[in-house]
Amino acid sequence: MTDVLRFEELTVDFTVGGTTQRAVDGVSFGVRPGEVLAVVGESGSGKSVTALAALGLLPSNARAGGRISFGGADVLAMSRAELTALRGRRIAMIFQDPSGALDPVFTIGAQLVEMIRTHQPSLSRSAARERAIELLRMVEIPGNRLKYYPHQLSGGQCQRVMIAIALACDPELLIADEPTTALDVTVQQEVLDVLLAMRSKISGAIMIITHDMGVVADVADRVVVMRKGSVVETAEVHELFDHPTQEYTRTLLDAVPRGGARESDPVADQEVPALRIDELVVEYRGRRGRTVRAVEEVSLGLNPGEIVGLVGESGSGKSTIGKAVLGLAPITSGEVHVAGQALTSASASDLRKTRARIGVVFQNPAGSLNPRGTIGQSVGEPLAVHRGVRGAELRRRVEELLDSVELPGAWAGRYPHELSGGQRQRVSIARAISLDPGLLIADEPTSALDVSVQATVLELLRSLQDRLHFACLFISHDLAVVDQVCDRVAVMSQGRLVEQGDRESVLRDPQDPYTVRLLEAAPVPDPREQSRRRGLRLAG
Amino acid sequence: MTDAVLLQTVDEDVIARRGVWATVRRRVLFWLPLAVLAVLLLMAIVPQLFSSADPRACDISASARPSSPGHPFGQDLQGCDVYANVVHGARASLSVGLVCTLIALVIAVGVGTVAGYVGGWADSILARLTDVFLGFPFLLGAIVVLNSLGKRSVLSVSLVLAVFSWPTLARMVRTTVRATRDAEYVQAAKAMGFPTTRILSHYVLPNAVGPVLAVATLTVGGVIVAESTLTFLGLGLRAPSISWGLQLATAQSRFQQAPHTLIYPAIFLAATVLSLITLGDVLRDAVNPKGRS
Repeated sequence: MTDVLRFEELTVDFTVGGTTQRAVDGVSFGVRPGEVLAVVGESGSGKSVTALAALGLLPSNARAGGRISFGGADVLAMSRAELTALRGRRIAMIFQDPSGALDPVFTIGAQLVEMIRTHQPSLSRSAARERAIELLRMVEIPGNRLKYYPHQLSGGQCQRVMIAIALACDPELLIADEPTTALDVTVQQEVLDVLLAMRSKISGAIMIITHDMGVVADVADRVVVMRKGSVVETAEVHELFDHPTQEYTRTLLDAVPRGGARESDPVADQEVPALRIDELVVEYRGRRGRTVRAVEEVSLGLNPGEIVGLVGESGSGKSTIGKAVLGLAPITSGEVHVAGQALTSASASDLRKTRARIGVVFQNPAGSLNPRGTIGQSVGEPLAVHRGVRGAELRRRVEELLDSVELPGAWAGRYPHELSGGQRQRVSIARAISLDPGLLIADEPTSALDVSVQATVLELLRSLQDRLHFACLFISHDLAVVDQVCDRVAVMSQGRLVEQGDRESVLRDPQDPYTVRLLEAAPVPDPREQSRRRGLRLAG
Repeated sequence: MTDAVLLQTVDEDVIARRGVWATVRRRVLFWLPLAVLAVLLLMAIVPQLFSSADPRACDISASARPSSPGHPFGQDLQGCDVYANVVHGARASLSVGLVCTLIALVIAVGVGTVAGYVGGWADSILARLTDVFLGFPFLLGAIVVLNSLGKRSVLSVSLVLAVFSWPTLARMVRTTVRATRDAEYVQAAKAMGFPTTRILSHYVLPNAVGPVLAVATLTVGGVIVAESTLTFLGLGLRAPSISWGLQLATAQSRFQQAPHTLIYPAIFLAATVLSLITLGDVLRDAVNPKGRS
């Protein structure tokens, strides 16, 4: 059986400012007809670059070596015209960000028809329209949505339109680069379902690039594990999950949060709660005077030393609650108490004192540190502003703090852009704990990080919490992560709190239908469990 | 993983040696414009050092004569020495250019920051106010203001020019401040309860002001030329004042007969503006940590 696409000793070098960096180093693997091949790896592993090379889409400062054979021809040796004939018609690609990949000024119908007619010029306009409606039906979007613009569709619908466009010419190979990374879990599930359903309808193979072991377990037949530009392991999906032969694959699988690792300490009830939210309502003024309710009458309490997970999909209002506590979102009605201090009635100086007791870690470690300041300045600033610590004393404390997040104290003079994502997030954590806070608000602290880095950051967060006993509001969309670090869990949907309780009771025995759906949609790194669930969904 | 973090070699020497000064020190593009500006500044302060000739000692019989011994740049329409005029005009031109830009920049940063950071009604009011100034015809405004001012000094002319050049800068400041205001690190600073003045001075302005400074260096050249327009209309500095603007204004109508009267002052003006732009660029890169080597 000949492979549809075959990489032979592929190398890709990037020239950046005079120096050459090897992004892909001797990669060889093939995509067999009709299969779903998953390419897994962390950021910087060269998985996306490999895929772009297959379409001849490498940036101009890249040089490729080796051979990529597709249907007997070498893609790397193709002329521009040959590549154009190849792209879209024989190899199609789906990108990560669906709303960015669709042109905002044309309707999805126009974009579909354009794609169909470019590759089949003989087709009449009305025939192309028929075909477009048929394609939309295939990805489970009603045919009358042809006149919709991308902004009128949700992220998941946009991604399904992208799939429809990709399938317009019945390609021999579909390459999907992180197709569900930007989507919520329940939406991710829809898109993956559509993608797999396509498999039986088209003749070609699918190559899916992802960092998520759960997605791999869900859809793949075979898996290629990449690291630092090389292939680490290639195996059948069951074999890979059951008997990984390589050390790195094992590390990667172990790093996937599976939950249940934290021992809950019984917390005394009589103390003043670290955070109490009573019937909080947050409204934003939208366009044309319309008010948008982001949070509707949410009540939530955190005892000292407790980690509470706030879970929900995007737009559920979970981050808004965090922001309201931090004073970054307006409190329309209701009350927030931090360590007994009411926020709405506090004076400006009381408010400042209260803020000093709250630590915060944001999602994007690249964005939450001042790019103009060294990490030492960032970490030491709360101490300087709120406690007036200066000079040698400040330097000593900064070194201690960096040390406590396992970074060398000598790095205080570095700038954020000189650190990796995980290291930057450690800096953010060091800054958050610098004032020994009673409450830490962590807004998706690990969702921008690779799994192995995520595991170490979560580990750090937990050990710091054990030592410093702060209460923590842990906002996340990832149930497995929440399962791993939290004592209690609160689930949000469309601005409301639908369920809250002990971790065990919420995650093992959910009562609310939304929680059930959320739990079932989150892919687990176990191919057998995933195919069982898929079977159930298709049956029911 | 932690091991991997620690294994990365930390080159402490590199970190210690990369302040703004260390980065700038080894760049020719820093020293060259600095040298040019130093010479021009010296020219402005003590013009006698560069030219012993009296710029007002004119020989009308030698009108518009090209360069000759004793008159390296030639003579202008009135027969005055062009070189002496260029040297003596540096003071008025440079001070008008720099003072006016400085005033405009201060107003623009103030107004733009408030409009961009506070937003809401403050933004609306200030934006309309800038629009009023932008919509006002520059020459008409200058004529009215300068005619009602009795005395015309460098300061009053700079002030009038500043009044009409700050709105463009203010718009830029507003836009960049607005973009920075929503950045996560500013949100983080707010969440940590830092005072607003500190957020503005440490977080917003350093990250927002770069592009504005680049445009401000361009403004200097524009202002020097604008001063010449006013002078041409008899509204700017008056003769017997000497400025590059005055020279350019009188020379432009006779460019075909006496090109040297236009070219030499123009070269000095171009050198000033070019030096300022280059210096601004180098400094902007050096102040940004990412631009440092």
